[in-house]
Amino acid sequence: MADLLVADRLRKEFGGLVAVNDVDFTIPERAIVSLIGPNGAGKTTFFNMLTGVYRATSGQILFRDVDVTGKPPHAITELGIGRTFQNIRLFQHMTALENVLVGMHARLKGGIIRSILGTPGVRREERRAHERARELLRFCGLRGRDGEVSRNLAYGDQRRLEVARALATEPLLLLLDEPTAGMNPQETADFTSFVGRLRDERELTILLIEHDMKVVMGVSDRVTVLDYGEKIAEGTPDEVQRDERVIEAYLGRAATA
Amino acid sequence: MLRGHMPDGASNSPLSRMGAILTGPRPGFVSVLGLAVAGLVLLWLFVNAVQTPELFANVALIGLTNGAVFGLVALGYTLVYGILQLINFAHGDVFALSGLVGFTVLFSVFKVSADAASVMTVLAVLAALAITVPLFATINATIEFVAYRPLRHSPRLAALITAVGVSFIVQNIGLYFYDVRFRSASQLLPRDPVFELGDISYSWNKLIVLLITVPALIALTWFVRNTRQGKAMRAVAQDRDAAAMMGIDVNRTISVTFALAGSLAAIGGMLFLTQFNLRYDTGFELGLIAFTAAVLGGIGNLQGAVLGAMLIGFIQAFNEGLTWLSPGSDWTRSIVFGILIAILVFRPEGLLGERTPEGA
Repeated sequence: MADLLVADRLRKEFGGLVAVNDVDFTIPERAIVSLIGPNGAGKTTFFNMLTGVYRATSGQILFRDVDVTGKPPHAITELGIGRTFQNIRLFQHMTALENVLVGMHARLKGGIIRSILGTPGVRREERRAHERARELLRFCGLRGRDGEVSRNLAYGDQRRLEVARALATEPLLLLLDEPTAGMNPQETADFTSFVGRLRDERELTILLIEHDMKVVMGVSDRVTVLDYGEKIAEGTPDEVQRDERVIEAYLGRAATA
Repeated sequence: MLRGHMPDGASNSPLSRMGAILTGPRPGFVSVLGLAVAGLVLLWLFVNAVQTPELFANVALIGLTNGAVFGLVALGYTLVYGILQLINFAHGDVFALSGLVGFTVLFSVFKVSADAASVMTVLAVLAALAITVPLFATINATIEFVAYRPLRHSPRLAALITAVGVSFIVQNIGLYFYDVRFRSASQLLPRDPVFELGDISYSWNKLIVLLITVPALIALTWFVRNTRQGKAMRAVAQDRDAAAMMGIDVNRTISVTFALAGSLAAIGGMLFLTQFNLRYDTGFELGLIAFTAAVLGGIGNLQGAVLGAMLIGFIQAFNEGLTWLSPGSDWTRSIVFGILIAILVFRPEGLLGERTPEGA
């Protein structure tokens, strides 16, 4: 499998704090890769560099062999990286359908002039976009919620809507930042199988930040462990689970003794 | 800590229940006061309408026209506030400068003769708009690029102070090129009546204002609600980072917003020029009035800005035009800014707004 994303000695400093310390990291195509680590390990910072929210202090990010280091978020989204947020960040005053339509922004062409004129091409595009948005909502288990204002949706549905919205950007690589946070065990199990479907049916590559080890171990092809901004382990779920440094990072030194 | 001093069961004693009535929320007071004021105003309007019906109708028509012009400027405040949470104090001055430039375009470039209203002069006004609208769209977007964008990640106060600074700069550019004289193009639009009903008359120059304003407002609302760019604007207004992650170019979207605001200001400036006198500092007060209108309607809310502007237009016209017990034009400013204070104190979210300023 070719590598879809390669991060080379990626580093982020905030003042004197090194949040991510020269991390090498690769994501093979159509893999499900998990990024785990204790709170404050630098996982979300890492995500934010991949998506252009933060500019890396040093290092390089290649996505499909294109250097995306320091590119603005919208340009990175256009290249095919989509994401969800740790704290749900939907457009709260828009309906579910509108949220998904906004996600399609980069893939639609209707410019200012053409949409003012309402040319047939633009209208056809709008119609297709609506159809596709509804299809995505159905795929994410939100059938019939199209017209619901997003802040009125149930918590689990908001999470699903975030995924639908991210899918609308037509990503090749989907980053999920703690998607099961706040879900009950049943919802978590459902979501785990949903992540599998995303890979199998949508042919996506997935990078997951997750705290729930059941999810991580159940669904990942590969797991990378960060601690204090450093990569301390990498491998299959089994390998990582047996790694002493990982156990130490999670449980403290005494556990390994 | 405070609860520790309360004996258990106190919440059930009759005394504490009485206390709750006295100290608890008093939902009635403000609304009763508001209703009382509104009732008095309506009574005043009613008496005036009965005493001098023709005058009342004429004054109302004037209010409608003024309100439409205010609305164009108020929308500029509300659009920019909606997307950046910035009160763009320079907006009123951009509006005034656009009117002055419009004057130049009409009389120096097109060489329209000032005292002969005809179909040609109406067309000249429209043609001048075709120049000033794109020009001031560009100017307003440039102001954002130069003055506000570098401060995007600074505390909001920095951008606010900068906006006040830009306001002075734009005003002084107007002063430099147009000195202190008032300019007007009030003879360019025909004043023939559209209809006359007894003493009530409605002239073309007023109707033309509505014929330009109403389609502009409808187009704007449609643009923001339905187009791809409009959706991008709303998305950026609600969550800038998430919008960027949807592939929306945030900087470009903000530029588009300022360009839209500048276009509306240019239309407003031209229409103001055809109705009133205008000079370099007209934008200061009119800007504050339009800002009040935007706050009254609920800042960030497009329909609210128009509603607020119409209300202010009517309030001003009734105050200055009616005869029975009307405070008169000396009091207009006090009344308008009194409304601003009252709104900020009692209903900061405005008439149509929500507590969050993000709805479009």
